[in-house]
Amino acid sequence: MSRWSAGVIPYAEMGYWRPDYEPGPSDVLAAFRITPQPGVPPEEAGAAVAGESSTATWTVVWTDRLTAYEQYQAKCYRVEPVPGRDGEFIAYIAYDLDLFEEGSIANLTSSIIGNVFGFKALKALRLEDMRIPTHYVKTFQGPAHGIVMEREYLGKFGRPLLGATVKPKLGLSARNYGRVVYEALRGGLDFTKDDENINSQPFMRWRDRFLYCMEGVTRAQAATGEVKGHYLNVTAATMEDMYERADFARELGSVVVMIDLTVGYTAIQSMANWARRNGVLLHLHRAGHSTYTRQKTHGVSFRVIAKWMRLAGVDHIHAGTVVGKLEGDPHSVAGFYDTLRLDKIAADPVKGLFFDQEWASLPGTMPVASGGIHAGQMHQLLDHLGEDVILQFGGGTIGHPMGIAAGATANRVALEAMIKARNEGRDFLAEGPDILRAAAKRSRELDVALTTWGDVTFNYDSTDTPDVVETPVSL
Amino acid sequence: MRITQGTFSYLPDLTDDEIAAQVAYALDNGWPCSVEFTDDPHPRNSYWEMWGLPMFDLADPAGVVYEVNECRRAYPNHYVRLNAYDARYGRQTTALSFIVQRPKDEPGFRIDREETSDRRVRYRMHPYALDRPEGERYA
Repeated sequence: MSRWSAGVIPYAEMGYWRPDYEPGPSDVLAAFRITPQPGVPPEEAGAAVAGESSTATWTVVWTDRLTAYEQYQAKCYRVEPVPGRDGEFIAYIAYDLDLFEEGSIANLTSSIIGNVFGFKALKALRLEDMRIPTHYVKTFQGPAHGIVMEREYLGKFGRPLLGATVKPKLGLSARNYGRVVYEALRGGLDFTKDDENINSQPFMRWRDRFLYCMEGVTRAQAATGEVKGHYLNVTAATMEDMYERADFARELGSVVVMIDLTVGYTAIQSMANWARRNGVLLHLHRAGHSTYTRQKTHGVSFRVIAKWMRLAGVDHIHAGTVVGKLEGDPHSVAGFYDTLRLDKIAADPVKGLFFDQEWASLPGTMPVASGGIHAGQMHQLLDHLGEDVILQFGGGTIGHPMGIAAGATANRVALEAMIKARNEGRDFLAEGPDILRAAAKRSRELDVALTTWGDVTFNYDSTDTPDVVETPVSL
Repeated sequence: MRITQGTFSYLPDLTDDEIAAQVAYALDNGWPCSVEFTDDPHPRNSYWEMWGLPMFDLADPAGVVYEVNECRRAYPNHYVRLNAYDARYGRQTTALSFIVQRPKDEPGFRIDREETSDRRVRYRMHPYALDRPEGERYA
């Protein structure tokens, strides 16, 4: 039967399974975890994913012959079983650069994850990782400012930045809300933050919130002599509304605005362009991501979302805490942080990184650790997350028995004491509790924080963990 | 008030030995140190005066602490900060920066509010010290 006979033939026989193919330097590469239906060979399943995410439809079409179709066909070039996971395979697929519009996350994702995830021949499908070739990287703006520019802009060096999300996240009036901002910033935090679902509700409209927050920010700057910021969430129903809110924030002198992942990739890229043009940092809350990042067998890994968002151009993105209340296996989180911060990243199965990735000097995105962390974990946070990170202690600031400013001070003292000890060459991870107790002798705020939260931990098994492939086996 | 710029402002002022330990960490990382001073602590004052050039070739922490003390002697009532600079490709920025001397009395900042239309307020942050000429601000 000819490749061009009308009817249905396996994807593998249509040119989408190419075990001989050597990926080129400008190819976009993807690693999918596939779980084929019983009876579907893994090569055919991999070929089907390649086909459905590039040129194919379910049947042979003669109009393919009007094109240089081999160029446009994605090629599944390798399929490997996942160690310890029956029925699951990693399919490696190469895409020609011509398949994608320059500088468009929407186009990239419509191709790669557009149609294939509902494909019946697969029980489940997960996009584990992508290699974005530098040819394609260079078509994106990237982070509006990046880590280096942000630090110079804020004049803050040599330590993680500190933040807190205003709580309760819903219900405060604008005037009360600004009070929390003022107290937390004057106490020692660098940033406070709107939560993802604070937009413009009946209890607090956006314009009122912005005015009161900037009063708090400015007061705190005068009280400390430091640059301070509040992530004003400009997430809204339409692009026009978002621009209006962001322009107002800029006019009031805010150094940072915020958007939610739920606004969509195109809106994120538009806001990144706006942020670069206006000299305002752009914070992204990854609202909604766990609906597709958390389960091992189906969805899109957060390491892929991290890559897309660095390309899209956000300055900050929430990327996990390891020790806090939300999902985050230490190795996977290390992979996310590397992806966001480094310029050249080597493939590392332990961290779940399937490909080498070169960013060609695209600025780094500052990861944000938020959710159930407190001052008593400072040594672990510094060990896991390093220095270029924003540590956000929401409850761990606002819930302090002596008040919000005291909670902020406790966090700042703990952080500076830990950085000082690390720089002095001490084994800060092992000696962490001692270092904190010694610092607490000269800081009642930290002493009370350690008494209140010292033992709180969240020890649950992670759902999303790398399946380490020591020696990959080809089929 | 106490200006809290720099990496260690929430800790007690560092002793000379503690400063030397931070310098040793910087030099181990290949970060040359520099000393700067000012009597204008506005957070947007990026360019404090340089106490000489960055000490690119100085490998001994004691030498850096010596320059800190020389600067303190010359400007006993100014802010003095110690910076470490990371010139590596992809970084090329300050890696560590902390205050090693501050004036005995820090009067802080005044906020001037100008009320404009639609409840908007234009803020101006003014260091009280700037009311006097340079060099006489922290007598």
